[in-house]
Amino acid sequence: MSEKARKDYTKGPSCLKGIGLTRSFGIGDKKMFAVDHVDFDFHEGEFVSIVGESGSGKTTLSKMLLGLLNPTEGEILFQNKPRDISSHAKKREYWKSMQAIFQDPFASYNVFHKIDSVLLDCINMRGGQNLSKQEKFDMMTEACSFVNLKFAELTNKYPFELSGGQMQRLMIARIFLLKPKILLADEPTSMVDACSRATILDMLLQLRDEVGMTIIFITHDIGLAYYISDTVYIMEHGKFVEYGKADEVILNPKAAYTKRLISDVPKIHEEWDLSTVELTSEL
Amino acid sequence: MGKAMLEVKNLKTKYVTRFHEDVYSVDGVSLVIEEGRSLGVAGESGCGKSTLALSMMGYYFPPLHYMSGDILIDGNNISGLAPDTVRKTILGSEIAYIPQAAMNALNPTAKIIRFVEDVIHAHDPKKTKAEIREMAEERFAILGLPKMVLDKHAVELSGGMKQRTVIAISTILSPKVLIADEPSSALDVTSQKIVIKLMRELMEKGYIRSMMFITHELPLLYNVTDDIAVMYAGQLVEVGTAKEMVFDPIHPYSHGLMGSILVPEEGTRGTNLTAIPGTPPNLKRPPAGCRFAERCKYAKPECFFAAPPEKKFEGHRMYRCIFGVDELRDIYKKEAEQQ
Repeated sequence: MSEKARKDYTKGPSCLKGIGLTRSFGIGDKKMFAVDHVDFDFHEGEFVSIVGESGSGKTTLSKMLLGLLNPTEGEILFQNKPRDISSHAKKREYWKSMQAIFQDPFASYNVFHKIDSVLLDCINMRGGQNLSKQEKFDMMTEACSFVNLKFAELTNKYPFELSGGQMQRLMIARIFLLKPKILLADEPTSMVDACSRATILDMLLQLRDEVGMTIIFITHDIGLAYYISDTVYIMEHGKFVEYGKADEVILNPKAAYTKRLISDVPKIHEEWDLSTVELTSEL
Repeated sequence: MGKAMLEVKNLKTKYVTRFHEDVYSVDGVSLVIEEGRSLGVAGESGCGKSTLALSMMGYYFPPLHYMSGDILIDGNNISGLAPDTVRKTILGSEIAYIPQAAMNALNPTAKIIRFVEDVIHAHDPKKTKAEIREMAEERFAILGLPKMVLDKHAVELSGGMKQRTVIAISTILSPKVLIADEPSSALDVTSQKIVIKLMRELMEKGYIRSMMFITHELPLLYNVTDDIAVMYAGQLVEVGTAKEMVFDPIHPYSHGLMGSILVPEEGTRGTNLTAIPGTPPNLKRPPAGCRFAERCKYAKPECFFAAPPEKKFEGHRMYRCIFGVDELRDIYKKEAEQQ
């Protein structure tokens, strides 16, 4: 798709907002902030990337967004209303509009459940318990064909019979059935190779365009973030050091950390400068 | 043309599963690495990159079995040697191997100096501890690693440091060939850069005389190695210099692979990424024709029956396809214009 065909999603109504969001671990001298007073505003249909190295607090932030971890301070606004997940029923309700894909597709499935039941659960969660068998079958076939899988080949199989790429695509088929408002993708392509990666990225973009989903993409691959996202947030030590439109952040980085991150990535058209690297460093 | 440090001729190895089925994981690979040069091997997961590395060391243990072919290191054939001979005389001194999770190979209860002693004693049991320490300190200093690392335990070092230590230990006997299997893929970008610099340093100072670098990360290969070979389903489908392979790939598979490169540079945003549909063939029953035919969008009916031979062109480049070089270039040109 060309640059022009991409709609500007960065000005839509706010979907998920964080005000002074903080999470700390430990007490006293050992207290450390995994996420340190971050503010953000994700709009409807926006493709947001959160980029940072290991240990920068990406995963803690994503757990808080998913409601798996309570923030120590600050609040999250979901569609401009404070998010309420105080009871389990409310949490379930929230998860209907907030779903996630994780890094390791092998760990995302219950090994005792067949693939049919994974997809049937999604239909039931959307209130499809009373549909006829044929209707459910049609829905599952449609979801599988969206991710270039054939449902007839998958039915009655267990997850371990699939390859990693197929499993990750099936995760996206789940999202297609659930059609949540927000999708949180935590490094969904780091365990698949380059060719399948392109397929998965295309599917995510297609989902965004068809369903109008907000996608929060968490990654350490800055080239990938630049290719796919509208907005990029750069995270270092629990803080957003820089954020803005992908073009501005990647091509004209302001923060020293962003500059270093970009210069450390091997490139194709520019010289990869190894002369600045000091071999003597800390242990 | 330099002297060939490592030469592999039509190497075939297989895995035998516990149901006694053969998996032909490396099926007729020939390659040459000249003195002072490095070769990168790219390909998707499961195509046999790591098996090729293991096979090239001549150190076979079940389920990996040797079938046929020759491995020449600096002119000496090592393919027929017994595993014990290989371990004592070849590994470490002639050919060194760094696996992907090399940093996990360090025993947490021993100090780093112990591993150095282990490596040297396997080849020269008469060396004293003092001699070994002197040797290790000298080498570590040249490679920019602090001396005190030698007296530390593995858990006291960071991931990047562990990886560099392992590289320094495995090359302490100055091997002729270094095989690095994804040495930096478990590290973040900054540590990765330091590891790459270290390997360059080793090459420049002549401690290793040639290198094979395996990874699936193409921008990294482009920056690190002189030549790139693309592997698909147990065979090399194309070999050329790094620049030729990235900007002028000939084989449809390498063309697809190069089309999926993502770098943070102007102009990459909004371009089309090439996705290759389908999955690689099952190597228990490799297809009779071209192995890539099933996933190739240019495949002709005869592709499915006749296996294409290795074809040489432009002197040093090789590819494996029934189409001609100019024919394929024309196809790619037309495709680029259509977009």
